[in-house]
Amino acid sequence: MDFDPVLLARLQFAFTVTFHIIFPSFTIGLSAYIATLGVLWLRSGVERYHQLMRFWTKIFAVSFAMGVVSGIVLSYEFGTNWSRFAVVVGNVIGPAIGYEVLTAFFLEATFLGVLLFGFNRVPPWLYVLSAAIVAFGTAMSAFWILSANSWMQTPAGYVMKDGVAYPTDWIAVIFNPSFPYRLAHMLNAAYLTTGFVVLAVGARYLLAGRHIEEGRTMLRMAIGLLAVLAPLQLIIGDQHGLNTLQYQPIKVAAMEAHWDGSRPGALEIFAWPDEKSESNRYALSIPNGSSLILTHRLNGLFPGLTSVPASDRPPVPIVFFAFRVMVAIGSFMIAAALFGAFLWWHGTLFETRWYLRIMAHSWWIGFIAVMAGWITTETGRQPWIVEGILRTADATSPVIGESIAVTLALFVLAYGVVFSFGIYYINRLINHGPEQVAEETGGFTGSPITAAHQAGRAAVKGS
Amino acid sequence: MEWYLPVIWAGLIGTAVAMYVNLDGFDLGIGILFPFAADERQRDQMMASVAPFWDGNETWLVLGGGGLLVAFPRAYAVIMPALYIPVIVMLLALVFRGVAFEFRTVSGSKTWLDVAFTAGSTLAAFAQGVILGGLIQGVKVTNGAYAGGPLDWATPFAFLCGFAVIAGYGLLGATWLVLKTEGPVATRARGQAKILLLAVLVFMGAVSLWTPLAEPRIAARWFSTPNIYYLWPVPAVTALVAYACWRWIGKGYEAAPFLAVIALFLLGYLGLVISNFPYLVPPSLTVWDTAAAPASQIFMLLGTLFLLPMILGYVAFVYWLFRGKVREGESYH
Repeated sequence: MDFDPVLLARLQFAFTVTFHIIFPSFTIGLSAYIATLGVLWLRSGVERYHQLMRFWTKIFAVSFAMGVVSGIVLSYEFGTNWSRFAVVVGNVIGPAIGYEVLTAFFLEATFLGVLLFGFNRVPPWLYVLSAAIVAFGTAMSAFWILSANSWMQTPAGYVMKDGVAYPTDWIAVIFNPSFPYRLAHMLNAAYLTTGFVVLAVGARYLLAGRHIEEGRTMLRMAIGLLAVLAPLQLIIGDQHGLNTLQYQPIKVAAMEAHWDGSRPGALEIFAWPDEKSESNRYALSIPNGSSLILTHRLNGLFPGLTSVPASDRPPVPIVFFAFRVMVAIGSFMIAAALFGAFLWWHGTLFETRWYLRIMAHSWWIGFIAVMAGWITTETGRQPWIVEGILRTADATSPVIGESIAVTLALFVLAYGVVFSFGIYYINRLINHGPEQVAEETGGFTGSPITAAHQAGRAAVKGS
Repeated sequence: MEWYLPVIWAGLIGTAVAMYVNLDGFDLGIGILFPFAADERQRDQMMASVAPFWDGNETWLVLGGGGLLVAFPRAYAVIMPALYIPVIVMLLALVFRGVAFEFRTVSGSKTWLDVAFTAGSTLAAFAQGVILGGLIQGVKVTNGAYAGGPLDWATPFAFLCGFAVIAGYGLLGATWLVLKTEGPVATRARGQAKILLLAVLVFMGAVSLWTPLAEPRIAARWFSTPNIYYLWPVPAVTALVAYACWRWIGKGYEAAPFLAVIALFLLGYLGLVISNFPYLVPPSLTVWDTAAAPASQIFMLLGTLFLLPMILGYVAFVYWLFRGKVREGESYH
């Protein structure tokens, strides 16, 4: 058997990073939701918000653990699988990773401890503040990693000397041309993903006739958020697309399967992009549709795939279909959110069972959309690992294919097991539902409450 | 500046690694000692003693790896491919033990999660020892890139280091339990700490003899004049600390044994630094050969000097918040 190290390294990174992105897409949004619940609880004193906060915190803990451990893997894979990448662009991209650790990871990990275990040890305001700090940490993490990724798409603020990139302007490096669009798009996607999970859980409780009040609160909060953010994502996505057209036109050409740049682009609803014949088969398309979206003119022209040699094009079908999956889910999200808002306004949101039933089964759509979006943008950048600077095939480590094949198999196995159990436990927590917050003992003798328990026990023993 | 910056960064990354080894060391040690607990209640108690801290502890590993990428990209680009298999094994082991923390608190049946927690902790410790040993024994480099095979690291010395780190983390974990728990768990840990201390001393002795015998550059570093006049206190103080630790465990002290073990670890670490500085990738690449551009090191240094004290501050706050002992039957969830 012939092991191609480049292909295997790509498969391994694709697998581990795709698995990883599931968790941040959820925990970025969920931590913000938990902090919001905490603030509502502090301001209103309504116990239900506190219950919901504790409930979602447990689910957060399980997801966050999976996100952390799969994220550590990535920070080492830059070296294990892509050591040439580390050498060529490490000077420029390294600090973003460093700042992510210093401004995000330590905050999240440390204050999650307070959020999970500190309820009886800190005043309520500090407890809620810890939740807010965790949420801030997850967003900071997104800030830096999106900055690093955007730099790989639209590098700026550097010079090349002897084949190695050197920074010349840090502001230009961090706030590179595509960064604001990507950050907004990803953060909004994370909030949407979480919103649909919360909506699904609330719908599930209402359908089952359990935890009615909590379910209604979840539904109202989710619909309120989604009705604003889902349409907003359309606008952000459009702006992001225009930015990509400016800086990475071939990626956009692949997303639209637009081969011939001398003619206006059609909007392909469905097609099979055939890379051999450089045309689309079985196409169902709206003539001039792409031109209208991308240039805002019916006869506007934008570069086609054939404007560069085949060796400089990404694998068109992957980019084309992944993009369509993302857009389809995005459209469904807008429809579902706006219709939910309509039902709410109409006063029948909690009684429209068919709607609740669809929503209860839609918890996963955000995750798929996020993955599809990342597949679009990362595959669309190929054959470059850093656009215009370093090709993916030139970025690998001197590691033999067999090593990568074996460890890839181990990753698939390990992540498969971990993910199955993770989903199982999260589902169990959801089935169990929010509960009354009982007086708990802290765990260490330092807290006043455990000290009281201790005294009580001592008294019982002594008698 | 060109001379100082890489040295400062070597110091910072060295600090991150030392923080990692001591902090994650004790919670990995809890996993290593897990099978010796009498029942699930005791295991709950052991886990509760580290539950609020483990995630923050593990973050130092990301800082160590990330810091290497930031400050010494060319060392990172050699070390990771050279130690590919132990690095990936360590990461996978950490995956299992990390999720075991959270899964265990929500799971009904704990047996398999106990196995995952112990196996993951032990394997991660072993892999870290192998990585250390693999680095000390030297990495083959041609034109700044790794030029060896996939199994070059697999030597008796690297495996010896692997077992040494298991014993060392077990010792950190045992003395942590002495400090943070009471009842049968603490009593058992006291006994385990004595055995593990002896094992660690044997391993430290073996590494201290093996490395100068195998590597002439290390022998020259320690035993040439005038170095030996400055360096003899290192093994002497180590012996003294080990003796004190043994006494303190026996006398029933609670915090002192843990602090003494940390001191032992730091002294061992100092020994390795003395043996190998300025090499980041022995025997060929120094901190200066592999440093990132000065502009990158300065940009990151400014942030680090501001952020690292803040991090140390709030980490200390959380350790203070969860001070005191964990009793059997107590947990947080």
